[in-house]
Amino acid sequence: MEIPILKIKDVLIVSIQLDLSDKLALSLQQELLKQITKTGAFGVLIDLTAVEIVDSFMSRILTETAQMAAVMGVKVVLVGIQPAVAMTMVELGVYFKDIPTCRNLEKGLDYLENKKLP
Amino acid sequence: MDNSKSNIEIATESDVVQVRQVGRELSRKLGFGLTDQARITTGISELARNILLYAGSGQIILQVVEDQGRRGIEILAEDKGPGIVCLEQAMTDGFSTSRGLGVGLPGTKRLMDELYIESSVGIGTRVVARKWLN
Repeated sequence: MEIPILKIKDVLIVSIQLDLSDKLALSLQQELLKQITKTGAFGVLIDLTAVEIVDSFMSRILTETAQMAAVMGVKVVLVGIQPAVAMTMVELGVYFKDIPTCRNLEKGLDYLENKKLP
Repeated sequence: MDNSKSNIEIATESDVVQVRQVGRELSRKLGFGLTDQARITTGISELARNILLYAGSGQIILQVVEDQGRRGIEILAEDKGPGIVCLEQAMTDGFSTSRGLGVGLPGTKRLMDELYIESSVGIGTRVVARKWLN
C-alpha cells in the first residue's frame, strides 16, 4: 500500500499526499476497511491537508468510505480540507453533507474522543 | 515546441491524472490563483472522466487563449462516442446516464467562465470551456 495508514491509540490516520488515481483511491478505501477490522479502531481520520483537487469521483469515494465504515460501527472524520478545495466542491455540488469534518488532526482526534462511548 | 498548447489522449484512468497535472501546471504558469487552479483542474478532471465513461477514449486539448487583451485557459474535450441524446437533460444537476454523481457538466459549467457543448448522437461530443484571468 503506497499510502501509509497510521494508528494512534484506537484511531487510524491516513494522510493523502498525492493526486490519487481512481485505482489507488479504491485500493485505499479497501485497505482502510481492512485495517479497521484488523486493528479494532473506532475512528478514522483522513487528512486532506495536502490534497489540491477533490473531483466528483474522489468525493464519492470519500463519502462511500465513511458510509462503509459507519456500517461497521466506525466513525470517519475528514480533516484539513483546503479553502480552494472547499470552494470548488461547493460550486461543483459535491460537498460532504453528512460526514464530519474538522480543521486539523488535533481537532479531529478531540472530536472522535468525544464521540466515543464510555 | 509550442508550450502554450497541450494535447492529451484520454484512454485510461492514469490519463485523467496526467491531464489534471498538465492543466494545473498550465493554469499556475498563466497566473491563476490557487482557487482558480483548483476549479480549472477539477473541471478538466470532470471532462476527462466523461470521455472515459461514455466514449471510452478521446482527447483533451489545453491551451492559452487571448481575447481583447485578457488571457485565459481553454479546455477542449472531444470524443467520437455515442453523443448526448438530450443536452438540456445533460445540463441538469443530478441527471446521469451512468451511475455517476451526475454533476459533471453543470458542475463544470459553474467552475468555468464559459462552457459550450456540441454533440451528435452516434458521432461524438465536443466540449469547450474557458476560464479568464481577471
